[in-house]
Amino acid sequence: MLDRFDPKLDPTFAETNRARLIARLKAVLPADGLLATAEAMRVYESDGLAAYRGLPGLVALPRTAEEARLTLAACHELDVPLVARGAGTGLSGGALPFPGCVLLSLSRLNHILSIDPYARTARVQPGVFNLAISEAAAPHDLFYAPDPSSQVACSIGGNVAENAGGVHCLKYGLTVHNITALEVMTMDGRRLQIGGQALDSPGFDLMALMTGSEGLLGVITEVTVRLLPRPIHARALLAAFAEVRCGGEAVAAIIGAGIIPAGLEMMDHLALVAAETYAHAGYPTDAQAILLCELDGSEADIAAELESVAEICRSAGATEVRLARDEAERLRFWAGRKGAFPAMGRIAPDYYCIDGTIPRRRLPDVLEAIGGLSASHGLPVANVFHAGDGNLHPLILYDAHKPGEMDRAEVLGGAILELCVAVGGTITGEHGVGREKINQMCAQFSTDEIEAFAAIKSAFDDKGLLNPGKAVPTLARCAEFGAMHVHKGAVPFAHLDRL
Amino acid sequence: MLTSTVSEDLGAALADRVRDAAARKAPLKIVGGNTKAFYGRRTQGQTLDVSGHRGIIAYEPSELVITTRAGTPLADIELLLAEHGQRLAFEPLAIGEASTIGGVVASGLAGSRRAFAGAVRDCILGVTVLDGCGRRLRFGGTVFKNVAGFDAFRLMAGAMGRLGVLLDISLRLTPAPRAARFLAFEIDWAQAQTRLTALLRRALPLSGAVHDGERLHLRLEGGQTAVAEAAADLGGDAGPPGVWEDLRHMRHDLLAAPRLWRLSVPHTSAIDRLEGRWLMNWAGAERWLVCDAPADQIRTAAREAAGHATLFRGALDGDEVFEPLEPDLMALHQRLAAALDPAGVLNPGRMYEGL
Repeated sequence: MLDRFDPKLDPTFAETNRARLIARLKAVLPADGLLATAEAMRVYESDGLAAYRGLPGLVALPRTAEEARLTLAACHELDVPLVARGAGTGLSGGALPFPGCVLLSLSRLNHILSIDPYARTARVQPGVFNLAISEAAAPHDLFYAPDPSSQVACSIGGNVAENAGGVHCLKYGLTVHNITALEVMTMDGRRLQIGGQALDSPGFDLMALMTGSEGLLGVITEVTVRLLPRPIHARALLAAFAEVRCGGEAVAAIIGAGIIPAGLEMMDHLALVAAETYAHAGYPTDAQAILLCELDGSEADIAAELESVAEICRSAGATEVRLARDEAERLRFWAGRKGAFPAMGRIAPDYYCIDGTIPRRRLPDVLEAIGGLSASHGLPVANVFHAGDGNLHPLILYDAHKPGEMDRAEVLGGAILELCVAVGGTITGEHGVGREKINQMCAQFSTDEIEAFAAIKSAFDDKGLLNPGKAVPTLARCAEFGAMHVHKGAVPFAHLDRL
Repeated sequence: MLTSTVSEDLGAALADRVRDAAARKAPLKIVGGNTKAFYGRRTQGQTLDVSGHRGIIAYEPSELVITTRAGTPLADIELLLAEHGQRLAFEPLAIGEASTIGGVVASGLAGSRRAFAGAVRDCILGVTVLDGCGRRLRFGGTVFKNVAGFDAFRLMAGAMGRLGVLLDISLRLTPAPRAARFLAFEIDWAQAQTRLTALLRRALPLSGAVHDGERLHLRLEGGQTAVAEAAADLGGDAGPPGVWEDLRHMRHDLLAAPRLWRLSVPHTSAIDRLEGRWLMNWAGAERWLVCDAPADQIRTAAREAAGHATLFRGALDGDEVFEPLEPDLMALHQRLAAALDPAGVLNPGRMYEGL
């Protein structure tokens, strides 16, 4: 499994003098800010991708941005790799400790520093939970738009590092579209102010580069987010389909009709039945797929657009179209969707969540191909999608206690991602490459492109100490795992048109 | 007749030129429609003309994505999108008829809708560029949600060609609105600013807010009812629609001034000390200024207002155009440019001296 770093395929660092490192870090951290025993560090051995585990060398828990900066500077001086961690909810192993690293937890930097309802911004520390920002802004009728499923537990610093999305990003954008400034500490201990309070800033757009850089370029110690006025009205519709393909066609038709829903989500039979059992959302469990569509704006416009959406769904073959009668039912529709992942825990001992994106129009083909891969690998797959933006979350169901099943799940996941690339999509829509998809990076990018990413990283982190072995593979790794796996001269998914 | 039906892939020939320039360490000056030669610092270099590299590569309206070669005229793209009821959310500044999509992205200049619908970089899904060694690199893709690799594609917006020669660009599209209304209010800027600050806290279908020195113009775009309800609520007079086209094409007489400053500041900022003619766009977040004050004074005022000033037009030899960067940030810019262009041949000096 990929949680074992390989000296031949991953970066390597010289052994550090542990006593010296501890002495240096004790000098800059609070009394309770350094963990050094395996027992104390155990909770940091994995993130939301719990199958990958490894202990760090030390865990640093700064209380202030300055303490974080000094920790970085000390590690830079002693050539010690460092992995930053937010709330640890990431799903790609981005916060998986590198052997011997200092794991820098930003969880104690958890204050909302200020909210300016006139400028519609909030300045927050990186450990603040995503949902807490919207809650703090609510008295001003403002909200922070990106809403990943983990929003009660994930922190804004991690959201920036991963460029987190959510169910409403089709209309309101990703993290990168909803932040205006960052305070970043570089590996060599410099403080950078990136972005600003204006709508643009001089020089290169480093805000865009930092967002989604997965802790490889710098450590985020403060974020200024943009707040939006809360929409006046929101209504949701549920459409049931007897065939998944019909649901996929409805999605393309809705967008093609010039309608941009606030959310447009799809679940297949396996996923919706599990979600229904878990959350009692009222989903029709005899359907092969359901589509959830939410529209917000002025009441009359929503009513007219909902009618169009309903008509499109019926034309696409919906067996049932149901409007949420009231706010309680609308929230229930979403509770089922947001509970889809935990619901899987009820129907399988383990699940492995995949995160590819494809062009919307390829949805029906890709679903069929995933069904084929599921059968050939002998593991069931439940499908949950942010359908509006083509972001798929196939959930591979397996049992880690059965020998070989975890490895088979990993292989099947890799095959699904290569399918996404083959139809013109990407290996990760919102969860990040992290450790998990490090090999598939070689399928999506050329050697020259990987080299360019490495050069960009070096411009920020000359010693390559920040989050090594993640997000950008070494060329040695790509040589080993090659561009798309070609078996016996046959390109995978040869029957699909390529882009 | 669309000129974009002229379609030519000059990528290989352009790559040869870049490789040759890199070998000789001879700077290049990247030119598309050559409509924004005035923008940025004056530089020397051999012209690398990318305007011949043109044509729509793929357009799938139901995907809300278009992929075009960088030399494709903006006007052709907008005409094609309009035929399908779509557009670019950021409302590109079209400074001259020859303006290309590559120039729009490289300059990162957006129009009146920017404050409400996002920036140029927010619409970029992917690019293919030539790096400073002439290697063809593809960053991003054609899908909206994509976090594989660093977002080097968004980084190209506003980078003035310093980080790569844009070859192909994939852009996210937006459906055109079903309804639009134009309102005008006879109020001064101080009153307008108070009003706008309050309006921006409400969920209104605003897509433009500009004070031209005499009156406040608002543009509403969205669903029929939302626009009608907002118009009834806001009051004012019917405004001239032409204001918005004039702004977009920089035809407003203030914007045609030979020496023109652009201040980007929070919309809530007050700037009292600069005497001159002002035009406040982006609800006050973008302020155009014609003013004889020394550059230092203008830059200081912008900084004090938590923003920055750009000498948009009228820079003379040796004039800095953009707000100077802090030394650590400048050093990072230099390392980043060197990472993608080790020989330093792509538009060196266009943004900053020494970059």
